[in-house]
Amino acid sequence: MNTTVLQENPTYLSAGYGWKSWLFTTDHKRIALLYLISITLFFFVGGFFAVMIRLELLTPQSDLVSPETYNKFFTMHGVMMVWFFLIPSIPTVLGNFLVPMMIGARDLAFPRLNLMSWYLFMLGSAFALIAIVAGGVDTGWTFYTPFSSVYSSTHVVLTLVGVFITGFSSILTGLNFIVSVHTLRAPGLTWGRLPLFVWTIYATALILVLATPVLGITLALVAAERIWHVGIFNPALGGDPLLFQHLFWFYSHPAVYIMILPGMGVVSEVIPCFSRKHPFGYKFIAYSSLALAIFGFAVWGHHMFVAGQSVYAGMVFSLISFTIAIPSAIKVFNWTATMYRGRIYFRTPMLYVLGFIGLFMMGGLTGLFLASLAVDVHVHDTYFVVAHFHYIMVGGMVMAYLGGIHFWWPKITGRMYPEAWGKFAALTIFVGFNLTFFPQYLVGYLGMPRRYASYPPEFQVFNVLSTAGASILAVGYVLPLLYLLWSLKYGRRAEPNPWEASGLEWQTSSPPPKDNFEVMPVVTERPYNYDPEVPVHDPTR
Amino acid sequence: MWNFSFAPVEASTYAHRVDLIFLTLTVLSTLLVIGVVAAILYFAVKYRSGREVDRTPAKISHLKLEVTWIVIPFFLGLGLYVWAAWTYFGEATPPPQSMDIYVTAKQWMWKVQHPEGMREIDELHVPVGQPVRLLMTSEDVIHSFYVPAFRMKHDVLPGRYTSLWFQATKPGRYHLFCAEYCGTSHSMMLGSVVVMEPAQYQAWLKENSTPNAVLPDQTPTEMAGKGPEDPMAVRGEALFQSRGCNGCHGANAHVVAPALRGVFGNTVQLASGETITADEQYVMESILDPQAKVVAGYEPIMPTFQGLLSTEELAQLVTYVKYLGSQEAPAQEQQ
Repeated sequence: MNTTVLQENPTYLSAGYGWKSWLFTTDHKRIALLYLISITLFFFVGGFFAVMIRLELLTPQSDLVSPETYNKFFTMHGVMMVWFFLIPSIPTVLGNFLVPMMIGARDLAFPRLNLMSWYLFMLGSAFALIAIVAGGVDTGWTFYTPFSSVYSSTHVVLTLVGVFITGFSSILTGLNFIVSVHTLRAPGLTWGRLPLFVWTIYATALILVLATPVLGITLALVAAERIWHVGIFNPALGGDPLLFQHLFWFYSHPAVYIMILPGMGVVSEVIPCFSRKHPFGYKFIAYSSLALAIFGFAVWGHHMFVAGQSVYAGMVFSLISFTIAIPSAIKVFNWTATMYRGRIYFRTPMLYVLGFIGLFMMGGLTGLFLASLAVDVHVHDTYFVVAHFHYIMVGGMVMAYLGGIHFWWPKITGRMYPEAWGKFAALTIFVGFNLTFFPQYLVGYLGMPRRYASYPPEFQVFNVLSTAGASILAVGYVLPLLYLLWSLKYGRRAEPNPWEASGLEWQTSSPPPKDNFEVMPVVTERPYNYDPEVPVHDPTR
Repeated sequence: MWNFSFAPVEASTYAHRVDLIFLTLTVLSTLLVIGVVAAILYFAVKYRSGREVDRTPAKISHLKLEVTWIVIPFFLGLGLYVWAAWTYFGEATPPPQSMDIYVTAKQWMWKVQHPEGMREIDELHVPVGQPVRLLMTSEDVIHSFYVPAFRMKHDVLPGRYTSLWFQATKPGRYHLFCAEYCGTSHSMMLGSVVVMEPAQYQAWLKENSTPNAVLPDQTPTEMAGKGPEDPMAVRGEALFQSRGCNGCHGANAHVVAPALRGVFGNTVQLASGETITADEQYVMESILDPQAKVVAGYEPIMPTFQGLLSTEELAQLVTYVKYLGSQEAPAQEQQ
């Protein structure tokens, strides 16, 4: 590609300059970057609280900070990471950037609505940040009643408002994806030819649209009870505290799939590319995403086995929770089989994705431990649960997010990231992650409850290991921040398709022009037309 | 710090059964992880880009293979589900000879009332080999009663009774944790369960009962010599009179309100047409929220006692109503 072409067709980055061209943009790619910057900030805010938690837990006594402060730290860690990083992460950054390009469209169906989603997200996060600065909140990210609605004396309402507003951003984003996938696919791009990433974003969008309203209503009810003493959850006012848990988990369990499905989408793109193979069992991978989105709505009661719901309800929820492991297992087996007779390249994204499979398996299988009624009675609300969901959300989703960021970095920025640093950071994160969270399975089984500022001394050795791992993990997360920023100026210029990947997003320049394609694409063949017998030119040359 | 172990002590009849399921899950999961990781590593090495190897395109889908790796894990999972659910279900109902102990949780302490009337704070003494049922309620937020050595946990809610039972197998002192986040001092809401040999337990009861067990001054006369002997029920009877319950629910006043003899443990016909078993939860609810489930044939006129009774007093009243339940209902009240 020569410079004259570039001048004739400016990229989306050079299509306009100045803050107005960014803050008033309706370009899905620019909005993706706005999200990228915002959620990176929130990730490090949440990360700061994680560091403080791990430092406090280095010793059994509550000595670094007071228990009040510790309770606020783990609450704000959860609130930031769940609502302001994990839920928006892959959908709003990679989804926004890639879905229109992958389906061969110029933009999402509702570009202005897309910009509005970002503004709502920022408004919501502003409330949450103000709550933090004003003194924080100490209810846990789960806001259990009647503690949150009556007893807590911290900034509960401010935080609720933040999450409530952010919910509208989620709903509008989901709506935009659903409509775009239905109406804007390029000629010839049938559902059976859709990239698997688009399938997972589509499934995620269904959850966003159907589950988030329930969360909004629930949080509004908590606020109503807190401000106007309307008796909904507080038994002293005739309410039912368990009702909150039912409503909350009716959203928050499907939300777990919001926090993993898009990661599975990234894995389903990266493995075929670096194995040079059509994904094994495309249909099974695609439909299992929908299965997760649908069955995800029927398992919320497994958070409440010891909460006081009926024994029979527990038995039903346990059974459904066992069956929901099947779609996840299908994906893992198919990804593995995809590598058979492939031609495998160990680029940074592939390392992240292979790490994802291992960690996600461990997170998923310990999910079966928790779905087993008799075992859950013991390990519920202990560090076993903490380890389990961090294996899914951090070991799974964050690994996939970083893998995806590296994979599409050349497309997003037009620059290559430094490969050696990329691999080094991926390995650092993998090692640091396991050292941080594996000991938590052990200490959880021994009975250490979660959300404890102090703990009996016999649990200390596991906590020391965990804190040691967390320091490695912190280095692993700062590294990509540094070298990716560095690459913006000094990275090698990327070709349109440095990985020789299939997929429409690679059929245009890097970075793409404002309207994505010079000539609107027409799809004539199945996706992932890789040939393992043909070597790829060395992209690191 | 170095004084740690990898397996928590097993001190209840339930603990070993949970550990067995846990161990089985661990072994099966480990095998599965090893299998998949080994396959990934094998493919990664064998088919790495630089290597000359047969790469004739394989099938892109294989229905039999897909069905195999869906069906086998599904039935394995089903087996594990049945095992774990069966164990849990079997444990849901306490044996009839269980001893009832009332537990009240509040920010941030555990209060315990023994049937003998003994009270303790942050400690629970129980005899080894005796099934114990805890009837638990909270005065404020949700707490959770958790004894890792028993592999037992249940949330403790305000406004209702939840229960949990165990049979300790090994004398010793075990951690009692609050496992549901309950505010500032959540991690300091600790206690101990002290499991004792039955003889020691009796000695402990005798030693501690005098200063704590303050019995009411007046002996209830209503049932003249036929009253309850259990100290908690005795206290409950005193409350039944001092709070005016007997004005309506007394043996001679069954017109306004249902008499309570012979009621506990039996089915009650409600005004809504439903029926309900009169258990601790129902009695408690009827005291705190009398309009919720009115007995058929009576007017909803009872005032609420919400906020007027401590949870201990509530437990004593429930125990007394339970005692009344064991008494034969007078003939004219049977309908």
